[in-house]
Amino acid sequence: MPTHFIVHDKADTVGVVVVEDVKPSQPLTGWIMETDETIHLTALDPVPLGHKIALRDIKQGDTVLKYGHDVGHTVANIPKGRHVHVHNMKTKRW
Amino acid sequence: MARALSSKSRLEFMGYRRENGRVGVRNHVIILPLDDLSNAAAEAVANNIKGTLALPHAYGRLQFGEDLDLHFRTLIGTGANPNVAACVVIGIEPGWTGRVVQGIAKTGKPVAGFAIEENGDINTIAAASRKAMEFLRDASEKQRERCSLEELFISTKCGESDTTSGLASCPTVGNLIDKIDPEGATTCFGETTEITGAEQVCVSRAASKEAADKFMKTFMAYQDVIERHKTSDLSESQPTKGNIAGGLTTIEEKAFGNLAKIGKKTKFIDVLKPAEAPGKGAGLYFMDTSSAAAECVTLQAAAGFVVHLFPTGQGNVIGNPIEPVIKLTANPKTARTMSEHIDLDVSGILRREMTLDEAGDRLIDVMIRTCNGRLTCAEALGHREFVMTKLYQSA
Repeated sequence: MPTHFIVHDKADTVGVVVVEDVKPSQPLTGWIMETDETIHLTALDPVPLGHKIALRDIKQGDTVLKYGHDVGHTVANIPKGRHVHVHNMKTKRW
Repeated sequence: MARALSSKSRLEFMGYRRENGRVGVRNHVIILPLDDLSNAAAEAVANNIKGTLALPHAYGRLQFGEDLDLHFRTLIGTGANPNVAACVVIGIEPGWTGRVVQGIAKTGKPVAGFAIEENGDINTIAAASRKAMEFLRDASEKQRERCSLEELFISTKCGESDTTSGLASCPTVGNLIDKIDPEGATTCFGETTEITGAEQVCVSRAASKEAADKFMKTFMAYQDVIERHKTSDLSESQPTKGNIAGGLTTIEEKAFGNLAKIGKKTKFIDVLKPAEAPGKGAGLYFMDTSSAAAECVTLQAAAGFVVHLFPTGQGNVIGNPIEPVIKLTANPKTARTMSEHIDLDVSGILRREMTLDEAGDRLIDVMIRTCNGRLTCAEALGHREFVMTKLYQSA
């Protein structure tokens, strides 16, 4: 069973897709590195290799957690399984 | 968590011991221009004497203050680097040329300066070529000898990062650093702006309050530079277009990946100015540098680091003229489409075919072989990016 996405930390709200060609409606298997757990979700968007996918529903304005840390905030509501990137997430710096 | 190194035998490498006791892993004879005006003569000398290396660059005129100090520190440090066997310096006039020569001469290595004024390019090239030929033939006899890891100075910086950098290639460097730090190696990371968002985690990795305070002062000074000069929110520059294509969305996200290069437990013992040589013995140092790859590596080489570890995501192709740059990637697409640039492919970590610990061991192996003389991809491809950092406009 291939690992489609990897999550750094159990608390993270996004994972990183590590295979090419993830398509909408595709069932995905993920690996949480910190706890060595396997999780599952269904992609809602095409998500390129290296790009983030929402692990749960994230409200507009919420902090995005990766590495267990604050890495920015959302600028739109992001349902679980959606592609998370510059179109719906921004830095809190500069 | 990185385990301790098991075998002592692998920790040795074959290096060149220089006059001041420092150890290099390359044996270059360089032709170093003091200023932009002297590039043509320096390149002519390197063309005359096969096997020497000219290091052309864009600056050296009418700089002043701290920026001029950095210019001299970078040139003198480059000539003084133990990967350099001997150095010919060429400048437009004898005053500043002599200052660089005297700085390099403190190492005890062969160095000579030539000034173009009152001689012209052609006579300067002739005289400098004769000296370069003598230096090169003498250097060619120099033999490698057995050296220990405590004598090795290793720098790291990542580039064209993507999310795979934070997942695997940066942690691979971190695994190496956690393994070799207790063995007494001297290591260095930098990229001041790319710590933004992870600065509190970084400061928690300082070995002393003094190092922590020095780091925060350096970090805040760089934030001031950004505030003073920015025209937008910097989202055109940090993350870069390449970073964004690779899936990195914010500077904070990039920073946590970047910081994975220093491992999980190693603490930094001091903060260095750009191109400043480490002064507190073995251990990990933070250097105040730009996050632009060639600028950062040039400064680290000028501080005396002799081998560089460079994780890349989307595929930065950087090299350095005097410090071999070992590139590793965890991005399977980059490993496939840019294989001639990649010294170590750790994409197996993402497929769960390779553990981080195994990847760290492989990187140690590649690093030792590189130190023994095996050429890096960047060396074979002729990547010699030598880029001086300029702090502000010239007078």
